[in-house]
Amino acid sequence: MSAPPSPFVFRRTDSPQQAAAWDRTRALVTNLRSVYGRAYPRLIGARREPSWLLFEILLPFLTTSAFVFVYRALDAPSEFIGFVVLGGAMTAFWLNILWMMAAQLYWERDQGNLELYFTAPISMMSILFGMAIGGLFMSGTRALVVLIVGATLYGVTFAVDQWLLLLAVFLLTMGALYGLGMVLASFFLLSGREAWHLSQGLQEPVYFVSGLNFPVGRLGLLGALAISTIPLAVGLDAMRQLAFVGSEHVYGVLPAWAEALILLAMAALFISLARWMLRHIERLARVEGKLTMKGT
Amino acid sequence: MSASSRPLAIDARGVRRVYKAKPKPIVALDGVDLQVEPGELFGLLGPNGAGKTTLIKILTTLLLPTSGTAHVFGFNVAHQTGELRRIMNIVSGGEQSGYGLLHVREQLWMFSQFYGLGVREGWHRVEQLIEAVGLTEQRLQKVSSLSTGQRQKLNLARGLLNDPWILFLDEPTLGLDVSAARQTRELVQQWQQALPGRTILLTSHYMAEVDELCDRVAIVDRGRILAIGTSAELKRRVQRESIFLLEVDRLPAGIQALAALPGVLSAVEPTAQDLGGAADRQTVSVKLTLADDAALGGVVAELGRMGASIVALAKSEPTLEDVFVELVGRGFAEREQEADDTDDRASDGGGRGDLLAPADDSATPADGYVSQEPVETAR
Repeated sequence: MSAPPSPFVFRRTDSPQQAAAWDRTRALVTNLRSVYGRAYPRLIGARREPSWLLFEILLPFLTTSAFVFVYRALDAPSEFIGFVVLGGAMTAFWLNILWMMAAQLYWERDQGNLELYFTAPISMMSILFGMAIGGLFMSGTRALVVLIVGATLYGVTFAVDQWLLLLAVFLLTMGALYGLGMVLASFFLLSGREAWHLSQGLQEPVYFVSGLNFPVGRLGLLGALAISTIPLAVGLDAMRQLAFVGSEHVYGVLPAWAEALILLAMAALFISLARWMLRHIERLARVEGKLTMKGT
Repeated sequence: MSASSRPLAIDARGVRRVYKAKPKPIVALDGVDLQVEPGELFGLLGPNGAGKTTLIKILTTLLLPTSGTAHVFGFNVAHQTGELRRIMNIVSGGEQSGYGLLHVREQLWMFSQFYGLGVREGWHRVEQLIEAVGLTEQRLQKVSSLSTGQRQKLNLARGLLNDPWILFLDEPTLGLDVSAARQTRELVQQWQQALPGRTILLTSHYMAEVDELCDRVAIVDRGRILAIGTSAELKRRVQRESIFLLEVDRLPAGIQALAALPGVLSAVEPTAQDLGGAADRQTVSVKLTLADDAALGGVVAELGRMGASIVALAKSEPTLEDVFVELVGRGFAEREQEADDTDDRASDGGGRGDLLAPADDSATPADGYVSQEPVETAR
């Protein structure tokens, strides 16, 4: 009779050299699996902690509702209600970027995960992509709920001609936003314990210059500046133009197609920059000893 | 390379690591030479601040040496990080990695993905390891609810997910109670013995642990390796004579009769410390110092002539702490206090900014949990 297989023998290889000899496909597949692996806690978390329904949907929806009532009290054109509901839906993504992308690597370091990510045979970009996809799923759910409930409750009528362009703009906005989140994640890690304050400091100003509750075109030069730097501002401006066709109150800063191109450029820029920054961080950490733990 | 031209499991030569700090740089490693053969369970023993963790960080690609070279199974730790990370893993004591809201099996599965295991393959591997480390009852429990001992079993299972050729264990039993520490040591031994060639580098400042587990030990202090050898070899450095604790039912001719025998250097009444508090007033205890073990025969013969019966006979061996004291001139505790004082001075002057090190004053994370427990934010 042969001995039962040992639980301590799994992928038997003849030598360390053989075990280390991965081809490109295996390296790529491992990175893709890592994306899913890192997204998993967020996918699970969305249903394991139902309190998020209160904190992530109901409470922010009250803010959106407050703006709706203000616009109604002022007899503002009906499209403004739609602008606010759309802006309220998009709030979820910026919150997610700040607290679950930008500040995340800092918390990961505290928990000891960052060292394990660095010592695993994967790119840190896979971890960030996983965080982004998991976060996108959670925020997307919240955004969808706010959009559907808000539109139904407040009688928002959308007028869409170019569904495909609208979808493309939304996806590009997500690409640019989460690309920015990846950049901020590295930046916040470098800034150490100031990460918390940075997140707080960026939350409201970005809401304002992105025109979450009003058309960003109304901000004049500041709005134009926001369009050129903040993905949320560009994306929202383009989506409002595409979702409320014919409205004279949209005040689009640039044509939607041009803003789609800006978003594309932003996504490429931010993702490339994030990749560079992660390499920079790892180099900095290894050379200057900043990856080390307290003990020597 | 070893004689058979197989690469050494660890080959560090002249490794030096200096941290920038004020008022002056801290030399964490000062020209470390270390060769570990494949299949060895090698221990690095030293007080806190000796340089053990820095050496592990260098060997696990987290840190570059300021000078010198290091290879793990032939892979250069500075340049061949990709290859090396495929064959190694690391487990640290007190590790809080992962996410508290995940179940034990989910957490392990998540980490399995980082090593390229397929989805089903990953789950299978996870179940195997959960059973092997004894976490079957906790498999559907949230990670945040585990005890310290269970948590360390989970960490160990994580470290074995990819079947590494080399496992780095940094103070793996830190903070564990006696039973959990013993279980951890047993698991480590079982894993290593399951396949030839598996290598473990263990750092610890628990001397008994290193003594029990390791094939060879390096004693480290102030960034230097002071001595390398098997535990027995190291102990022989401080004990040139053989010391026995003898317990007989009676000794009519007195202890001095034994002291006069050939090869017996001294025969004295043992101290309470020698006896470990186990003195029995019905018997007579003698601490014998012999020129070598062969002299024991004469002692036993003489006892026979006296009509005395031997109740117990034990050879007294020095501990690794005795070796450390011999090499450094003071014990672990004093040396650690010294190192703490040095660290305090360094951090008062600016210290080193640890990019990956857990912050001392963890701020409240996004979801409102204090980050003592690993949690994945649910935002």
